[in-house]
Amino acid sequence: MNIAVLVKLVPDTEASLKIGEDHKSISTADLNFVLNPFDEYAVEEALVQKAKHGGTVTIISLGGDEAVKALRTSLAMGADSAVHLKITGGLDMLGVAKSLAAFLKDKNYDLIFAGKQAMDDDCAATGAMVATILDIPHVSTVTKLEVEGNKLTAEREFETGVEVFEAPLPALITAQKGLNEPRYASLKGIMMAKRKKIETIEVEPITAKTEVIQLTYPPIRPPGKIVGKGAEAVPELVRLLKEEAKVL
Amino acid sequence: MDILVYVETRDNQIKPAGLEAISGARKLADVGGGKLTALLIGTSLSELTGEVEKYGVDRILLAEYPEFAGYTPEGYREAIIAAVEETDAKVVVMTATSLGRDLAPVAAAKLDASLLPDCTSIEYIEGKISVTRPVYAGKCIITLTANSSPLVLSLRPKAFLVSERNGKEAEVSKLDVSLEGKIRARLVETRSEAGGKLDVTEADIIVAGGRGMKAKENFKLIEDLADELGGAVGASRAVVDNDWRPHSEQVGQTGKVVAPTLYIAAGISGAIQHLAGMRSSKVIVAINKDADATVFKSADYGIVGDAMEVLPALLEAVKE
Repeated sequence: MNIAVLVKLVPDTEASLKIGEDHKSISTADLNFVLNPFDEYAVEEALVQKAKHGGTVTIISLGGDEAVKALRTSLAMGADSAVHLKITGGLDMLGVAKSLAAFLKDKNYDLIFAGKQAMDDDCAATGAMVATILDIPHVSTVTKLEVEGNKLTAEREFETGVEVFEAPLPALITAQKGLNEPRYASLKGIMMAKRKKIETIEVEPITAKTEVIQLTYPPIRPPGKIVGKGAEAVPELVRLLKEEAKVL
Repeated sequence: MDILVYVETRDNQIKPAGLEAISGARKLADVGGGKLTALLIGTSLSELTGEVEKYGVDRILLAEYPEFAGYTPEGYREAIIAAVEETDAKVVVMTATSLGRDLAPVAAAKLDASLLPDCTSIEYIEGKISVTRPVYAGKCIITLTANSSPLVLSLRPKAFLVSERNGKEAEVSKLDVSLEGKIRARLVETRSEAGGKLDVTEADIIVAGGRGMKAKENFKLIEDLADELGGAVGASRAVVDNDWRPHSEQVGQTGKVVAPTLYIAAGISGAIQHLAGMRSSKVIVAINKDADATVFKSADYGIVGDAMEVLPALLEAVKE
């Protein structure tokens, strides 16, 4: 089985963020970047499916030079090869999806994985857009996947339950937390990943149709008050919630 | 500029977020001076038109086919495309629910449209649509404009007010959708959690527990309080990773971003990735043993104490 995984490098989710001087993007100075956590589930699932059905796992990341770190991390987990779709400027969502689809179009992957959303712009759009442009079925926010022959069964999470989908291959799956337990890269894996060659392909820029006006911090919450200690403080809390905050 | 709003339903019932989408789209249509058409997708929808009319739409399209008994991205996409062709709408508005967050990018890719997902405000200024949306799980807010149409927007649930309009009658018609051979990813089963449980993204009140709850069994205290308040149970990443609670309840950057009226955080220390997910709640109450816990910095009201003692007292107090 020919498997591809789309990955992205994002700021560490534990990091506090500073807005840059352009007021349109975050300051990347001293900021640690990691493989998008949802992409870890995608890479893991690709490796699980490869172990069951054989084949190869190719990791693909679209981005500037920094994208190589996401590829190395995925290779260290055990992926076979990696492709860096190198861009110099920015792309909007549709541009990202079109660029990825243009590369994937004639590669005949049976299964394509992506994280359900990237923890930077939180758009949750790339997987579904790529599948639509490639004209293949997809199931998003998947928490369980079975592949048998030329067909997959996937459980998709919605607000209050799961929906079970069946789809023929080739298909695209976006991974939700719960799909699996991503492995840690072994020391051997990390050493081997350093030696694996990453193919680099320059991507033509696509004019963005959306424009960033500004990036701001969310409104600061006014300082709260400590109502008291222990169970004795409860009557006063309930009074405040009823009379002051008017939420009870 | 004509606008199409997809009004989300489940089991032929309009979801609250669907009404919010109509109201958001209505405002855009008012400023932009265009026609507003509502699209409903399901199997039996004619009884819902009266409710949709209340919020002020010019036209209602009903896409009723047996294939629409449940959501499929490819089937619903065809209905959106058919409705856009029928109305020549330049802007498509939908909800940023789990359905809408899947359908919006699919529709945008098919229409070769720009996508602005999960918006918390929308404005129409000098012929351009400008939106704000949270990024980095709410650590920052971005303002974006779209330079061309068509455009697909999804609106974050609970971010838009629902407002009724003096109802004029809308023109109602059936929408023809050609589905043959289109649906490859087929819905074969839907499993809803027992008791019609409320999701954290839909709840007005959330009672959330963290590691300070000490054991899985102690979440009974959280559940009881949530039940009493008519709210939902939330959880921190730590307790989900410990298998004390299901992932569907996780609030934060790897879970769900929520904005209830009241958020009660019990035994949650306040990791940055949890705070990012709940900071737009209207009122936050924190209960924690550690007076220095970071959660108190984001809370409107705090009680320093053991959640195991405070929660039962709180349950008794709200019962009165």
